[in-house]
Amino acid sequence: MALMTPARRAPGRAVDPSARQPGRRVTARRGRDRVVPYLFVLAPIVLLVTFTYVPVANMFFYSVTDWDGLDRVKNFVGLANYVDVFTEPDNLRVFVVSLYYLGASFVQMALALYFATILSFRVRLKNLWKGILFFPYLINGVAIGLIFLNFIRPGGGLDSALLAVGLESVIRQWTGDPEVINYTLAAVSVWRYMGLNFVMFLGAIASVPGEIYEAAELDGANRWHQFRHLILPAIKPIVGLSFILAISGSLSVFEVPYIMTNGGNGSETFVIRTIKMAFENNKVGLASAMAVVLLAIVLVVTWIQRRLVPEERVDLT
Amino acid sequence: MRRAAVAVVKYASLVVASVMMLLPVALIITGSFKTNQEFLSTGPFDAPENWLNLSNYATAFTRGGMLLGFANTAIILVAAITGTILIGAAAAYAIDRFTFAGRRVTLALFLLATLVPGVTTQVATFQVVKALGLYNSQAALIVLFMGTDIISIYIFVQFMRSIPRSLDEAAKIDGAGHLRIFLQVILPNLKPAIATVIIIKGIAIYNEFYIPFLYITNPDLRPISTSLFAFKGPFGAQWEVISAGVVITIIPILVLFLALQRYVYNGFTSGATK
Repeated sequence: MALMTPARRAPGRAVDPSARQPGRRVTARRGRDRVVPYLFVLAPIVLLVTFTYVPVANMFFYSVTDWDGLDRVKNFVGLANYVDVFTEPDNLRVFVVSLYYLGASFVQMALALYFATILSFRVRLKNLWKGILFFPYLINGVAIGLIFLNFIRPGGGLDSALLAVGLESVIRQWTGDPEVINYTLAAVSVWRYMGLNFVMFLGAIASVPGEIYEAAELDGANRWHQFRHLILPAIKPIVGLSFILAISGSLSVFEVPYIMTNGGNGSETFVIRTIKMAFENNKVGLASAMAVVLLAIVLVVTWIQRRLVPEERVDLT
Repeated sequence: MRRAAVAVVKYASLVVASVMMLLPVALIITGSFKTNQEFLSTGPFDAPENWLNLSNYATAFTRGGMLLGFANTAIILVAAITGTILIGAAAAYAIDRFTFAGRRVTLALFLLATLVPGVTTQVATFQVVKALGLYNSQAALIVLFMGTDIISIYIFVQFMRSIPRSLDEAAKIDGAGHLRIFLQVILPNLKPAIATVIIIKGIAIYNEFYIPFLYITNPDLRPISTSLFAFKGPFGAQWEVISAGVVITIIPILVLFLALQRYVYNGFTSGATK
C-alpha cells in the first residue's frame, strides 16, 4: 500500500518558467502548450470510448430490439426482453444460483478475517502460511477448474480423503447431483478467492501500530478485546467494501462453473446464460437486456457502497 | 494452560487450511507423473511409480500446443503491458501536469468506466471488435487489455503526484519539450508504479480466460489459458496429460510469486480496493 500513497505536494505552484520569457516566443509556446495535453490523452480516450462507452451505449440500444447478432434489421420490441429476464423461469434461476455464491462469500470473508487475525500476532512460519493461503488466488482459472474436476471426480482425492478420515457418509456426487452442484462450485470459489480477502484484511490490520496492542495488553486487554476494539475498527472499511463487492461478484461468476460444468445440471450463472444467449442462441437483444440488468445492479450496489463506506481515498482531482 | 490450548487451535487451523489449499494441487502434481494405466488403476494418493516420468509433459508441450500457447501469451503480454504503461502514464501526465478545458470531463469518463464490469459489456463489445475487423486476432486481445484498464491509470495518476514538479520545470528550463520531459523525466520516475502495473497486469493477462475464449477461435493464436481449456476435448480420457498441462500453466506464476512476494502482495492489496 505504501507504494500508492501519494506524497502531499507543497501548496502553491511554481510559476511556469516560459511565462517569464518576453516577446513572441511566449505566445507561440502558449499556443502549442494548449494542444499538448490533448495529444497525451488522445489515445487513452479513443480506446476508452471505443471499448467501454460505445459498447455500453450499443448494449442499451440492442436491449430494446430483437436482434440476433447478424441480421441487418433490428426490430424495436420495447421492454419485451426485460420482461423476459424477470419472468422466464430459466432466466430467473440464474439469480437463485448467484445466492449460493453470495452465501459462500460470507463464509470466505469469515475465514479470511480469522486467518488475518491470527497471522497478525506472533506465529511461527508466518510467511509460509500467508503464501499458502494466498497462492490459489494467483492460479489460472482454467487450471483451477481442472484441478477440482480431478479432485472431486468419483473415487478422486476428495472422496478418498473423506473415506480415510471415516466420513464416507458425506460423500456425494459433487457435480452430478443438482442439489449439491452449486455448493461444490461455490466452495471452489471460496478456495480461489479467500486469499485475496485475507491479504487485504491483513494489510488493514497491519495499519494499526504495534505499540497500541502493547499498551492495550498492559491495560489488561485480552485477545478478544484487542480484536473487538482495535482490529475490527481498523478493518471495518475494507470489510464493508468486501461485503458490497460480494453482491456484484456473485452475479458476475463465470470461469469456475463454465470450465467445470459448462453451466449444466442447474449450475448456470447469470454471465454464463448471458453469453449463451448472445453467442449460441443468437439472442443478442435478450442477452443485452440481461447485461443491462447486471450493470444496473452493479451501479446501484456501488452507489450504496459509496454512501455507506466513507471515501478515504484521495480522489483524482 | 489456556495459552497452550489457544496455540494448539491456532496451529491446527493453519495446518488444516493449508492441507485444504495444497491437497488438490498436490494430487495434480503426482498425477502428472503417472502413466495412463497407472492413473486409472492406482488411487489418487498413491505415489507415481516413476517420479521422473516426463512423457505427459512432453505430450502436453507438443501435441497439446502449450509451447505455442506460451509464445502467444508472451506476444500479447509484452504488447499489452507496454501499451498500458505508455497510455496510462501519458493520460496521468496530462491529467496531473496540465490544466485544460475538458480535464474534469476526461477524469469523470475514466472514473465512471471503473464501475462498468467488463463481463457485462462483452455482448456489445464483441460487435465493436468485429466491426473493426479484429475478431480472431491477437490484436483484439491487445487493444482490449490496453483500452479497458482503468486501474493502471489510477495507479499512475496517484504516483505522478509524488514526483516533484521541480523536476519537470528544471528540464523545461534546459529546453526540453513535453515529449522529452515525459520520456526522460516522468517515465523513469514512475518506475515503482510501472513495476506494480507490470506485476498485477501481467498476472491478470496470463490468467485471463474469458476474453481470449470469446475472441480467438484459431488454435494457432490461442494463449495459454484457452490452450489449456482445449485439453478437455482431445485429452478428456487422459487426465495425466491434463494434469501435466495444469502444472506447466502454474509454474511461471509460482516462480514469479516466490521471487517477488512482497511486490505481489502490495500490488494486489492496492489494486484491488480501487
